[in-house]
Formats: sequence, structure tokens, C-alpha cells
Amino acid sequence: MENKDNNKTPVSTRVIAVKVDDLTVAYNYKPVLWDIDLEIPEGVLMAIVGPNGAGKSTLIKAILGILKPIAGSVSIYDKPYDKQRQLVAYVPQKGSVDWDFPTTALDVVTMGTYGSLGWIKRPGQKQKKAALEALEKVGMLAFKGRQISQLSGGQQQRIFLARALVQNASIYFMDEPFQGVDATTEIAIINILKELRKAGKTVIVVHHDLQTVPEYFDWVTFLNVKKIATGPVKDIFNDDNLTKTYGINYKVSIQE
Amino acid sequence: MELAEYFKLVFTDYTLRTITLGTAILGAVTGMLGSFAVLRKQSLLGDAISHAALPGIAIAFLITGAKDSNTLLLGALVSGLVGTFWIRGIVKKTHLKSDTALGLILSLFFGFGMLLLTFIQKQPNANQAGLDKYLFGQAATLVESDVWLMAIITGLCLFVLLLFWKEFKILLFDADYTKTLGFNTKTIDILITSFIVLAIVLGLQTVGVVLMSAMLLAPAAAARQWTNSLSKMVFLAAIFGAFSGVFGTAISASQTNLSTGPVIVLVAAVFVIISFVFSPSRGLLFKQIRFIKNRRDLELHKTLALMHHIAETHDDISHPHAIKLLNNFQGFTRKTLQKLVEKNYVTLDGNMWSLTKTGFETAKNLYTKQTTEDE
Repeated sequence: MENKDNNKTPVSTRVIAVKVDDLTVAYNYKPVLWDIDLEIPEGVLMAIVGPNGAGKSTLIKAILGILKPIAGSVSIYDKPYDKQRQLVAYVPQKGSVDWDFPTTALDVVTMGTYGSLGWIKRPGQKQKKAALEALEKVGMLAFKGRQISQLSGGQQQRIFLARALVQNASIYFMDEPFQGVDATTEIAIINILKELRKAGKTVIVVHHDLQTVPEYFDWVTFLNVKKIATGPVKDIFNDDNLTKTYGINYKVSIQE
Repeated sequence: MELAEYFKLVFTDYTLRTITLGTAILGAVTGMLGSFAVLRKQSLLGDAISHAALPGIAIAFLITGAKDSNTLLLGALVSGLVGTFWIRGIVKKTHLKSDTALGLILSLFFGFGMLLLTFIQKQPNANQAGLDKYLFGQAATLVESDVWLMAIITGLCLFVLLLFWKEFKILLFDADYTKTLGFNTKTIDILITSFIVLAIVLGLQTVGVVLMSAMLLAPAAAARQWTNSLSKMVFLAAIFGAFSGVFGTAISASQTNLSTGPVIVLVAAVFVIISFVFSPSRGLLFKQIRFIKNRRDLELHKTLALMHHIAETHDDISHPHAIKLLNNFQGFTRKTLQKLVEKNYVTLDGNMWSLTKTGFETAKNLYTKQTTEDE
């Protein structure tokens, strides 16, 4: 498991954490994702970028089996995703749930332990302790008893992050974790993501803010229904790929 | 019969006891399951299920020719389930929204059921009279075996609820995430839905097809107002449902010509209204009171801040200033001034006011204090 210095190790010798083959997804007749092949090496912090409707969230959902693809397969560390679920954690878009649900912050974070518990078994002291630790990691320990509707948007996002952290996975998929959060929360979240990378985890993030890509991420995938490019940020995050992806003459100043 | 008399009779009179127990159990189980329907935003599902059950009752009668309530309810269960899964199917396979699918199935099944009922009524069979009780319900026809059936189903439902509590909760909150954890969400979903169908079918004889959905929604909607915990909500909804059953039966038994089902539903509605108005955290009344109080506090703070601003210009913070100075300030009234005096922030002397030391300090820390309290 070599992940000390991501950008210097050649891609071919690195362990592949996520492999997507020929993935095609369509809601109706029009494909949302067309024939995606993707290899994500272990230990990268990767951004998925692309315009609205490019299929970024769909890609994550299809990889995680939330959506059924028309064709294609996903493997996690060379085994089918179904057998490797325990290695994968998911942070959905904040807006995908009803935050007026009658439950507390601690309770939501504890849900991250349900997968390892399996059917019927209830969370006990061990699970509660893990949830509290995760709350502390995201700086939300003081809010553990708070009804979730009484949390701010940034706090709700941290709760979702904590819920994924509890899963203690190897690969994290996050759907726009920076959406609608303030600068403080954004920094807090990116620091946690960088810590995860440091611990050898692979983090895949649907990301909108192109300006912060070089600063936050070391790997990037350009997506617009088809995969445009994937690789190290310093090699492929350029105006050419941005223009190909966004369709307009895009100029982002990248400091080399 | 007076209400007091009813409560005496309920322990001795067999029929009354049966009906009361039946409606109480029914209220409890529908309240419990209704919480799930409400939280899944499937409030209308109950209405569709109960209407979809009607043709099942008619077909069961046509096949068996008997009026045995268990047979008829079995028919209701089958057609209720068919209706429910058709709704799911329509939503999944077409682009129709779930409210359209619900409305479609509801009216389609209900129309078919009514057609069958009129057909049955034209038949020369003495048995057919009384099938229409399933439309509006007739609690008086409850017998002991019906109540036993309700009790058994409720017990089973409670058992399943406790067993799969964790799975139910996470599915209700975040279905996609539940899937990624490796749970088969379809199984959990079918389990919840089947029990909702079961509970509705159980209530058809008592409350009837038309009003049954209220039994599902009203106790749950009322319970949501009082708590922010799912388990407490389910528990409260069961209690509200049970009490609606008991009070409804009591009121309808103590008056002549009041049918039980509608009265139960009305009692449940009273629970809802009370909860909407009087719940401490979510109720309209306390919300309004809090709103007014916050406004007053803010006005007070603003006035105090202005006074602080004026007082600051003097070396002596308690130097008296004219009340006239404050008159142009919005939010200032005599009453606010009086309040400030009561709090010992300000002293008055004729037409002059002066800040006290506490008043000055409070005003100085007002803004910083508020922000830290908010965090």
C-alpha cells in the first residue's frame, strides 16, 4: 500500500481502489453516463468536475448501487462492489433528506455503524463511542443532543461527514460536501479529507468550485456524460480539458 | 346514556367493552404505523389503500357468499396489497408522480368496488344487506373474535417494529444511504407497507373505507408536534390513537344516532388541533408568544443600546439626559422605558433618564453576548 507520495508513483504500479468498466446509465432514453471507464488509484483525493447534468452524482450513485446501470461493472480492490461494501462510505447531498426528521445529531451519526452491525442488532456502547468520536472529529460534539433541524447547513454537512467517518471505510464517496457551507466549515471539511488521504484512504468528491481544485485535490476526473479525462491535477487540470468538459472557452489560471 | 354511565358500563357491559377495546387497539396500531407513513411523506397512501380494499370485500363476498368478517377482511387485504403495489409499480415504471398514481388507484379501485356493491345489492340474497357498512364503518358489529384478531396483529406489529426498529428508522431518514450500507431497502419497505395495509384493513369494519386514512394520519400528525424523537413520536401516536378510539366510542355510545367511526375521527382531529396550537416547541400559540417576546426583547435592547450610545459621550455614565432624546427612535415606548427601570438598568427623574452602572455594562456587552448565545 504505497501512498506516501501520490504524484511521483507511476499510475501503472499503484493499487487501484475503484475500477469502473463500461458504465452506462440512462434515466429514460437519453444516457446520463455513457461508457465510463475509470480507475481510481488508492490514496488519492479526487474531484469529479463537470457542468450541471454531466452525471457527477449519477456516477457516484451508480458506483454505489443506488442506481441500476444499463451496462457496466464496478469493482472495489479487484472484487465486485457487492462483496466490498464495508470498505465504502457515502456522504449524500445534504438536500437529499428531510432534516425535520425527529432525531438527534448523535443518532444520525450512529447510523454509520448500522452497516457493520447488520440486521436486527442494536447499536451499543461501542457504537455510541465511535459516533461520539466522529462527532468530535468534525467539531460537533457539543451538538450531539441537538434536533437535526436546529443545526445550520454547515453543521448538517458535518454531521453527514461524521456519519461516514464512523463507518471507518477505505474509500469515501462524497456528493458536493461543500455546497452551501461557509468558509470555516469548508476549511474544516477539507482538513478532514486531507487527513483521510494521509491515512491512506481514497476520497472521491463531486466538486463544483473549479478555483479550489488545485488547492484541495491531487487527482481529478472531468466528466460530461462521457469521461473527458482523469489523472493527477498537476498534469491534466488545464484549460484544454476544462474547455472540452464545459464546452465554452474556459480559462482558469493555475499556478504552476 | 351519560358519559359517566358509559365509563361505568364499559367494565360490565360485554358489547360496550368489546367495542371500546377494539377501537382502542385499532387506534393504537394505526397511530403507531401512521407515524411511519407521515414521516415517509406517504400520508395519502393510507387513503388509497383503504379505498383499494373495497373491491376485495365485494369479491370475497361474491365468492364465498358468506358475511364472515374475517373472510371479507382477507379479501380486503389482498386487494389493498394489490392496489399498493400497483401504485409502487406505476411510480417506478412511468413518469407519473406518486400523488397521481395514488389518486388513480384510489378512484379506480373504489369505483370498481362500488360497482360490485351495487351489483351485490341487486341480488336476491338475504346476506347481502350490510356490506355497505364497510363504507363508513360500524363499530357496533365488532365481536370478541374481531378484537382478538386486532390484538394479535397489533402484537405482531409491535414485535416486528421493535425487532427492525433500527432498519425502519434509517430507511425513513435516508433510503439511499441505507442501501449503501448493504441493507435490502426493498425488504424493509415492503415490511412497513404491508403492516400499514394490514392495519388499515383491520380498521375497515370499524371506521370504514372513507375515513380510515384519518386514523393513520391524525394521531401521527398530533404526536409529531410534541417530540423530536422517533420512538417517542410512535409511542405518543399510539396513545393518541387509542384515546381517540376510547373517547370516540364513549361519545357515540352516550348519544343516540352518532355513528362511532366519524366520532373517533373527529376526536383524533381534536388531538391534532390541540397539538398544533399548544405544543410547546412547534405549536402556533407558543411560537407566537416567543415571537412577540423576542420582538420586545429586541426593542428593549435597541433602546438600551441607544442610551448607551448617548451616555458614552459623557464622562459620567449616569449623567441624566432628556427623555425627549429618545422619542425619535423607533421601537421606543414609555413601556420599554418602564421595563428598563424595572430591570434596574435606568433611573428616571422627571423628564430625565440616566443609565445605572449595570445598565451601562449590560448595554456594552449586549452584542457580543447575543452572538455567543446564538452559537
